[in-house]
Amino acid sequence: MDNLDQIVSEAQSAFAAISDPDALEQVKARFLGKSGQITELLKGLGKLPPEEKKTAGAAINVAKTAVEAALNERREAIRKAALEARLAEEALDVTLPGRAETRGGLHPVTRTLERIEALFRSIGFDVADGPEIEEDFFNFTAMNTPEDHPARSMHDTFYLQNPDGTVADKVLLRTHTSPIQARYMKAHVERHGQLEKMPEIRIIAPGRVYRVDSDATHSPMFNQVEGLWVGEGVSFADLKGVIADFLKSFFETDDLVVRFRPSFFPFTEPSAEIDVAFMSGALKGRWLEIAGCGMVHPDVLRIAGIDPEKYTGFAFGFGQDRLTMLRYGVNDLRLFFEGDLRFLRQFA
Amino acid sequence: MKFSESWLRTLVDTKLSSEELSHLLTMAGLEVEGLEPVAPQFNDVVVAQVLEVVKHPDADRLNVCKVDTGRGEPTTIVCGAPNVAVGLRVPCALPGAKLPGDFTIKIAKVRGIESSGMLCSAKELGIAEEASGLLILPVDAPVGQSIRQYLDLDDNQFELKLTPNRADCLSLSGVAREVAAIAGAKAKLVDVPEVAASITDQRAVVLDAPEACPLYYGRVLKGVNAKAPTPEWMKRRLERSAIRSISALVDVTNYVMLELGQPLHAFDNTKLAGAVHARMAKSEEKLLLLNEQTINIDADILVIADDAKPLAMAGIMGGEESGITLETTELFLESAFFAPKAIAGRARRYGFGSDASHRFERGVDFGGTRRAIERATQLIIDICSGAAGPVTEAKAEMPARNPVRLRTARACAVIGMTFTPEQIAGLFSGLGLPFARQGDDFLVTPPTWRFDIEIEEDLIEEIARLHGYDNIPAPAPRGNLKMMVQPEAQRPAARVRQLLVDRGYQEVVNFAFVEEAWEVDFAAKTDEADLIRLANPIASQMAVMRSTLFGGLISNLVTNLKRKQNRVRLFETGRAFERNPAATPVPGFAQNWKLSGLAYGSALPEGWGSAARKLDFFDVKGDLEALLAPAQLCFEKLVHPALHPGRAARVLVDGREIGCLGELHPEWVQKYDLPLAPVVFELDFDAVKSVQVPVYAEVSKFPPVIRDLAIVVDQSVALQTLIDGLKGQVSDLIQDIQLFDVYVGKGVLENKKSLAFRIVMQDTQRTLQDSEVDAAMQQLVSCFEQAFGAQLRA
Repeated sequence: MDNLDQIVSEAQSAFAAISDPDALEQVKARFLGKSGQITELLKGLGKLPPEEKKTAGAAINVAKTAVEAALNERREAIRKAALEARLAEEALDVTLPGRAETRGGLHPVTRTLERIEALFRSIGFDVADGPEIEEDFFNFTAMNTPEDHPARSMHDTFYLQNPDGTVADKVLLRTHTSPIQARYMKAHVERHGQLEKMPEIRIIAPGRVYRVDSDATHSPMFNQVEGLWVGEGVSFADLKGVIADFLKSFFETDDLVVRFRPSFFPFTEPSAEIDVAFMSGALKGRWLEIAGCGMVHPDVLRIAGIDPEKYTGFAFGFGQDRLTMLRYGVNDLRLFFEGDLRFLRQFA
Repeated sequence: MKFSESWLRTLVDTKLSSEELSHLLTMAGLEVEGLEPVAPQFNDVVVAQVLEVVKHPDADRLNVCKVDTGRGEPTTIVCGAPNVAVGLRVPCALPGAKLPGDFTIKIAKVRGIESSGMLCSAKELGIAEEASGLLILPVDAPVGQSIRQYLDLDDNQFELKLTPNRADCLSLSGVAREVAAIAGAKAKLVDVPEVAASITDQRAVVLDAPEACPLYYGRVLKGVNAKAPTPEWMKRRLERSAIRSISALVDVTNYVMLELGQPLHAFDNTKLAGAVHARMAKSEEKLLLLNEQTINIDADILVIADDAKPLAMAGIMGGEESGITLETTELFLESAFFAPKAIAGRARRYGFGSDASHRFERGVDFGGTRRAIERATQLIIDICSGAAGPVTEAKAEMPARNPVRLRTARACAVIGMTFTPEQIAGLFSGLGLPFARQGDDFLVTPPTWRFDIEIEEDLIEEIARLHGYDNIPAPAPRGNLKMMVQPEAQRPAARVRQLLVDRGYQEVVNFAFVEEAWEVDFAAKTDEADLIRLANPIASQMAVMRSTLFGGLISNLVTNLKRKQNRVRLFETGRAFERNPAATPVPGFAQNWKLSGLAYGSALPEGWGSAARKLDFFDVKGDLEALLAPAQLCFEKLVHPALHPGRAARVLVDGREIGCLGELHPEWVQKYDLPLAPVVFELDFDAVKSVQVPVYAEVSKFPPVIRDLAIVVDQSVALQTLIDGLKGQVSDLIQDIQLFDVYVGKGVLENKKSLAFRIVMQDTQRTLQDSEVDAAMQQLVSCFEQAFGAQLRA
């Protein structure tokens, strides 16, 4: 049986010498093929006397198993080597930049707007909108600012020209977002006025407003966000509570002080200016004026058809641009309206 | 309003520091906008008298002076000022003095002569911007006294930003009254005795418009020296109130206005004829004002006139002709009450304003009209000498001061905290508001100086203000919980914006008023009647309201190209404005929200990984399809002033036009100096936001059959036309027709194009038979052939 050991060792060394899978299969035929050495030996078993057949057969089978094992081992080795080679070949420079599209970004004032909307929605404020070319009535009269009222000199209003060159007397560019209050209340009363108890009005109204003013801190067009809450028993204390909650949520800090300072607006009474001071950072300790607010003036409610004895409310108007500047540390209002991508991309 | 703190402190007794006073005023609603020392810090500067002036032996421009500083022996000081002279009293900085700019005075030799101090100019003391020599003090300045004390330099200038309702604080007395109320201090207002007449001259006064002018005091003064100098203390107070000293008479009227809040006017009595009238202007009256403006006086303007002519715009500005000069010796002095309604807005109409109109249109204390004329008379006699006649009084019905009711419970409800009637009574008393009690109600009679107390809320505001806004609680918001409907058929604006952002677009915000040229170029607004022009634009490039957002975007592109940003994608949401008589809610002006965008440069960001390709129409079209998906968009050829006529499309959803898309017209590409043509779009924002709420349709369990089909048609045939032409003409089995190739070139005749379609056929109920599929395909092909002359591609 030396012959068998020889065959096995011959097969093992023959397989080991080969690294090509097809060649391996050909060499396999020399041992295990139809006329391979092992096959021939098995065929030869028949010629052996029966008493030798059993032992010889077992021996041949042992050899066959050994050859097959050597073959499989080699096959696996070759497959692995091929895989390794492929992996090496396919390797990328993973540090090359991705092929993705670029993303754009929101304008910083819109970013602020979306946060303001989300904060107020979370306590049940809806978002309202109104025209920018506004009727004199809604911008001033409905806001308790009749013609010749000294408060009108506080606004430098843009007026429109008729095609014949004269000044259009009933329309203007809105000087604040407050006329949206008037329009909203009027519509609300038309919808619910017949009810014993009118549903509460809780809205914010963001938008562009216009004043004849232009320097580093004033733009002839800027953004405001108006707020209004009208219902039974709404008080000045509630106004303070809502504003304090909003400012702490908007700036995501308790590290600020909010101050309400008596002021005057024709459409609110009592009225206040809202100042904030941060306790840390670049603006530490400085009072910054950021909004006007107050209890809705009874005449404003009355003009809208709401009984001021039954319902009270508060209104506020924030400078959206100002909030944005404070939030992100922007120091020049004009940057918002220049469309410079290098500036805008910082807010993506 | 600006004023001197030390003047205020003569009128109210308070121990508060300047900063405390400032905080208190601000928190009471009189916002302190400025609090500045009138002079910078310095010390050891005294009033000195120059005794001797001798030329410096070694320097042409220097003098050696002997100076009395009130400290015993005269001091030697070398001085270079050109105006030094014997006898003058001037400020002298003693050795050891620290002057502004951290400049210390030492005993030092100047060109060999020891100098023990420095004679000072106003500039050196930091109290003037410029000076041409020493500050010359009055001859009676006490030698040796500290100059800070003598010139009252340890004073601050307050600047109040007053709201229009608080006209009562447009005077020192008013501010003092307010400080007394909020600080619990005592006001010490000036005592004004009546000045007895020493002559009998008098001029009659007639109130022809008693509603506009219900009260008028007039008085003749004679023998007045208008050239008398204004006393230093008065000049100083005026200057610290930002009012320039002009002449003694003018200064007195201004001084009394600041002190008491009552604007006065002085006429030259010799220029007046007959009685003085307060009447409405007559038609075609003209007046040359003190500001040298000649105006045609409108009929709703109250004038002061004599029997012959108008003399002044009452409460606004005097006339040049009847005005006082340095030669005036005879005055007619006026102190009157003009109703706010009769004054409001008039000065503004003529393009000016005055301290008087500012006060009268807000309301002047009509309880102090007489006091003011007496005060002014006394000051004039004191300063300019002269004799006063008796006061003429003309009086009609004064403004009603109806009591205003305040209900304690209402005040508590509006403010949101509890007040007892006793607390409220205390606050009202502090403010000097007279009231009567009816149970828990107060009936408050507004004082003559308050024009802002007419309704209950006015009193509620006073309570809140005096109690202190800081002391009102700020409870967490509470309200009725009610869900808010967010219609599913409407996407939030934020979602739409985010989609564009995700596709690489940067949001911008542009002005709504634009250059007229943009409206002409991008919207063909060549007819004046189509433009919406501002009556008072801030600049010519911001003169018309935009009807398209394209101009702003293209201008942004230009800006960014200059800054080497070569791949630009922008969008803006905003209103566009059009004249439209049927528009709502503001008749005449449609102002709809638009979503507009611009894309420029390479299709993809420059990089190693993709072949460089210029962006084109179809890149942006793809963006719009993604933005509006799953809605199916239709595009039709469009002629639009801003766009390339062959590369522009109208965008439709369900047959409704929602906007446009296209390449910028080559003419504008050239005019705006763009190296490449941008692709722009403008959509109706509301349409973009609206979406369909999904409706379920059965999904077929049977496999689809897919066939490809290539046809050749004329190049001029639009794909949409082909697809539309099939509507209702082909088998229902055809579920989808996708274009997957467009070919022009070899193998296809000139002016023809080959279009390859993938046809998807499916039935929800069964597997399709080959014969059915063949029949459907045949029908499709013949439809193409008949309607468009298409041929199957070989």
